[in-house]
Amino acid sequence: MTPRELPALSHEEILRYSRHLILPDVGVEGQRKLKAARVLLIGAGGLGSPLALYLAAAGVGTIGLVDFDVVDVTNLQRQVLHGTSDVGTPKLVSARKRIAEVNPHVELVTYEEPLTSENALRIFEGYDIVVDGTDNFPTRYLVNDACVLLGIPNVYGSIYRFEGQASVFATKDGPCYRCLYPEPPPPGLVPSCAEGGVLGVLPGLVGTLQATEAIKLILGAGDSLAGRLLLIDALGASFRTVKVRKDPNCPACGTRTLTTLIDYEQFCGSPHVGGDPKVAFNVPEIEPRDAAARLAKGDVDIVDVREPHELQIAKYPKVTAIPLGQLPNRIAELPRDRDLVLACRTGVRSAKAVQQLQAAGFTRVWNLAGGIHRWIDEVDPSQPKY
Amino acid sequence: MATTVFLPAILAKLADAKQLQAPGETVGAVVNDVATRFPDLGERLRDSKGEPYPFVTFYLNDEDIRFHGGFAATVRDGDELTVVPSIAGG
Repeated sequence: MTPRELPALSHEEILRYSRHLILPDVGVEGQRKLKAARVLLIGAGGLGSPLALYLAAAGVGTIGLVDFDVVDVTNLQRQVLHGTSDVGTPKLVSARKRIAEVNPHVELVTYEEPLTSENALRIFEGYDIVVDGTDNFPTRYLVNDACVLLGIPNVYGSIYRFEGQASVFATKDGPCYRCLYPEPPPPGLVPSCAEGGVLGVLPGLVGTLQATEAIKLILGAGDSLAGRLLLIDALGASFRTVKVRKDPNCPACGTRTLTTLIDYEQFCGSPHVGGDPKVAFNVPEIEPRDAAARLAKGDVDIVDVREPHELQIAKYPKVTAIPLGQLPNRIAELPRDRDLVLACRTGVRSAKAVQQLQAAGFTRVWNLAGGIHRWIDEVDPSQPKY
Repeated sequence: MATTVFLPAILAKLADAKQLQAPGETVGAVVNDVATRFPDLGERLRDSKGEPYPFVTFYLNDEDIRFHGGFAATVRDGDELTVVPSIAGG
């Protein structure tokens, strides 16, 4: 867009953005570029929250938001786009309310649907920048490939516990996400934030870095993170930058043999099963009430595979506690002549534990369906859920 | 001759340290030393054939080793090896 074609600023906008307008690297022309810009955010969660708030406040003219989740009370520790009164409502509804309050000049376009290989190109088309704030590997590869195919820069950020990564992929001559990570880890190797936890301010730190990169791309200012990966360690208060090189053999941006979007669930080895451990891990399950009744009779043992600090929050009665990570070395502690019920918080880790025990020759092992969440709902409501 | 190996939190728990000193003249030898001392960590650094995984990137002094010979890349005393596994949280 030539300077002449950029949208004009109203008097109200000039006053609102005055701290930008007096910055030499932004100025009136930069602010008009921001107003003309179209930025698509994938996810309105931890990373999407600061992204949406800061990009809206900065005056990005059109913000697209893809999310189909509902606000949960456990989101509020980090997802500052949503508030306590929004619990139970779609994230896009609370996002619209909040963004309108932050900056009514922003046009918000919402897509309340999961991003898929079928809809990604249609949704991405027409955006200048895509910002990846998703929480899973299949969608990250999907976002990358769609960005490469359409030639749209992909502002990347991801987080785990106290650490984060940020970069800019798929710029004209820059590397893409596949150049950095050609393939995803096998399912279950890297825990999600729901399983492993995340420091609430960390997505704030990484999301604002992504917002900064998006704004720099729009303005054409500064040194982009394209070709570099920023590693953030919140506990160590350290930032480190490493080089990301464009891989000439990359099927997406190198050889360009990848000419269409693929089945990303299959690519990541995770057939879409809606997160149900019984289906995902194909292990025998026991219902919480049945497990409690058998436990009372003394003909079953519960093995709790959660971490020690979790046991302080809510407990199963009469358990053998062995954290999942220690299970391979402590299998000898478990009896093979008893019925064992493996238990955790929601039933995912314990399903992995059942698989490990089956592989070690145990035949009398069951997964406690729904973990301590369903145990509290159906057996012992006196304890808190987490 | 020692290289400083930097581990992210997700792997540091397997060695009980965020930084390790390891001898070796190549990245592969350094990784091998670490894997011998910490077998559980070793499994997360290389596959059963001793090759790097496509979802764990090694940086030797901020350069991706894949473009410098992979595990055969030569290390010098005082070099830094940063392990960066793929994470997906958001």
